[in-house]
Amino acid sequence: MATETEIYAALKEVFDDVFMRDDIELTPTLTAKQVQGWDSFKQIEIIMASEEKWKIKFNTRELDSLLSVGDLVAMIAKKTGG
Amino acid sequence: MTELHWLPPIADWRPRLRALGGDPAKAWDETVALANGRINFVLTNALDEAARRVFPAGPSGLATKPVRLAVLGSSTLTHLLPAIRVAGLRRGIWVETYEADYGQYLQELSDKDSGLHAFKPTAVLLALDAYHLTAGVTAGMDEPTASAALDEAVSHIRETWGLARDAFRCPILQQAALPAHLSVLGLNEHRLPGSRNRFLVRLNERLRAAAEEDGADILSIDDRAARDGLTAWHDTALWHRSKQEVSPTASPMYGDLVGRWLAAKQGRSFKCLVLDLDNTVWGGVIGDDGMEGIALGQGSPLGEAYVAFQDYCRELTRRGIILAVCSKNDESNAVEPFEKHPDMVLPRGDIASFVANWSDKAGNIRAIAEELNIGLDSLVFIDDNPFERNLVRQELPMVAVPEVSDDPVGYPVALSDAGYFEGLSVTDEDRERTSQYQGNKARDALKASATDLPAYLRGLEMELIVKPFDRIGLQRIVQLINKSNQFNLTTRRYTDEDILAVMADPEAFGLQLRLLDRFGDNGVIAIIIGRLQETKDLLIDTWLMSCRVLGRQVEPTTLNLIAEQAKRLGAKRLVGEYIPTKKNGMVKDHYARLGFTVAATNDTGGSRNLLDLAEFVPADTFIHVTEG
Repeated sequence: MATETEIYAALKEVFDDVFMRDDIELTPTLTAKQVQGWDSFKQIEIIMASEEKWKIKFNTRELDSLLSVGDLVAMIAKKTGG
Repeated sequence: MTELHWLPPIADWRPRLRALGGDPAKAWDETVALANGRINFVLTNALDEAARRVFPAGPSGLATKPVRLAVLGSSTLTHLLPAIRVAGLRRGIWVETYEADYGQYLQELSDKDSGLHAFKPTAVLLALDAYHLTAGVTAGMDEPTASAALDEAVSHIRETWGLARDAFRCPILQQAALPAHLSVLGLNEHRLPGSRNRFLVRLNERLRAAAEEDGADILSIDDRAARDGLTAWHDTALWHRSKQEVSPTASPMYGDLVGRWLAAKQGRSFKCLVLDLDNTVWGGVIGDDGMEGIALGQGSPLGEAYVAFQDYCRELTRRGIILAVCSKNDESNAVEPFEKHPDMVLPRGDIASFVANWSDKAGNIRAIAEELNIGLDSLVFIDDNPFERNLVRQELPMVAVPEVSDDPVGYPVALSDAGYFEGLSVTDEDRERTSQYQGNKARDALKASATDLPAYLRGLEMELIVKPFDRIGLQRIVQLINKSNQFNLTTRRYTDEDILAVMADPEAFGLQLRLLDRFGDNGVIAIIIGRLQETKDLLIDTWLMSCRVLGRQVEPTTLNLIAEQAKRLGAKRLVGEYIPTKKNGMVKDHYARLGFTVAATNDTGGSRNLLDLAEFVPADTFIHVTEG
């Protein structure tokens, strides 16, 4: 069972890999608009890398509801029973 | 599972990627090294971005031929391009890609002003998705209607190949349809003529047959999906979301499949498998456990697994892969199972080079490459011992060393999944190869016993069979043109299409030379392309030879043949160029040795050499020439 802090830390590793930089600060309200290069392809990369990391699968409705980093963390927490 | 499991994980991969840059030659080697680590799709994309930042115009001076690959498709393919480019990097090949606009491939092919034409591809990948291919096919169709739809789909694809071929004269790779459709009848789905699921299976069969006729190649992702599981390749939710038929997580594997095709097209597939023995070919240590103690053969699951691995190796030799042994052992111990163990599948005769001693393996692998006269970059080395694997990777980065566990069940899987030996066809030479190398050793033994060279050469009873380029020889000709580095005067790399153009040109000739001797058939060992210039000079565009036959008077005999051809075309002089590369220093004075006059040299060490045909006296050699 992962705590929210642990999820943020692990998600940071995903973002570091996806954007190959380590200065993106993850906050609950962070969205694609605020990060340079975060386009629809990167969005899919983030989601699929998260699925791989936590061995979870988002369904179609869940994917549609992911608008911010906070949404993603909450969804991961829910799916991992956190 | 679409993981590139045969590649070793690299612990400091991320910091090394971020540090990429600086001296171009070093940065290139580092890029290739990073591409050879086990990376997922996210890191693959990151490496692609970094490589394109460091080499905005592509690296220069590579031994490989850069590729311009156009990807034509009916759905989103953008996410596959970085992985294709990285798969090129993995093999030292720089790949530029072009993606035709979503579903616009026919228009772009037909329109000479399109971006596709401006791109000038040197290879084309046609990737049509399962949904596009089955548009209009429904379970309500009767057999004639479904068959007509199938015929139409096949002929549409063949027409597309034809358009691409006419426009770009380049090799074509057709993606097999991914079997993404569910069955609607069930177990006996094949009884439903209009089944989309069955339609794609039938289509793939037909495409393979059509590809044989039309000279296209197939990207068998259907077979891959059958091994990995369809869901590893195709995510239906993603299809609805972004029209990505191949899941991004499968993109490194997809890219690697394309990359191995690109490499094979340049004749750069691996040729030889070097085997460790103890705990790789049998279980246990022969020197300690003895013949009765090693695990091999029926009776134990482990023993059977080693038999299965040997059987896979044996199958590889039957399609032309050379086997060698590199083992830390006393030679007598190492050989014993090959000669006496009843469950050994591999006979001693299948091993073209057998090295068992206590020296370090990197040095021994070098010696194997030398003995077999092939490049280190043609070798794959398999060893259960991580220490030996890492030593060889470090000392000889050009040798492929699959990452394997201590479970022999995984050894054939690693070799097969890695696609090291990707072959596009099987030539007779391939089937004969191991016996050719065996013959070489007999020749060396004779050489050691002969006291003078002329007596040795006479004793070889050599016969050179000269043949103009032909379609039967095409695969081998292209393989040699793209793989020969050392004895290669100009190192010009050509495709099938270029060779067909030489065959059609009345002002040019192409020769393939096969050498036979009392020990066997050496196969096609030299390729010549000559072209008559307007000045009535005959330019020797390409002269390359296999190093296996060095020192056997093949060179002067070949010159006799070139002179004959030149005179036939009405030439007065021969012009031979030497274009230096990192690897062809051995032929720097080739033309001077044959009696040419050096007409010009340049500051890179290249030269242009002339031979007056009126004064040329053919050399007398021990080689008997016949026309094939």
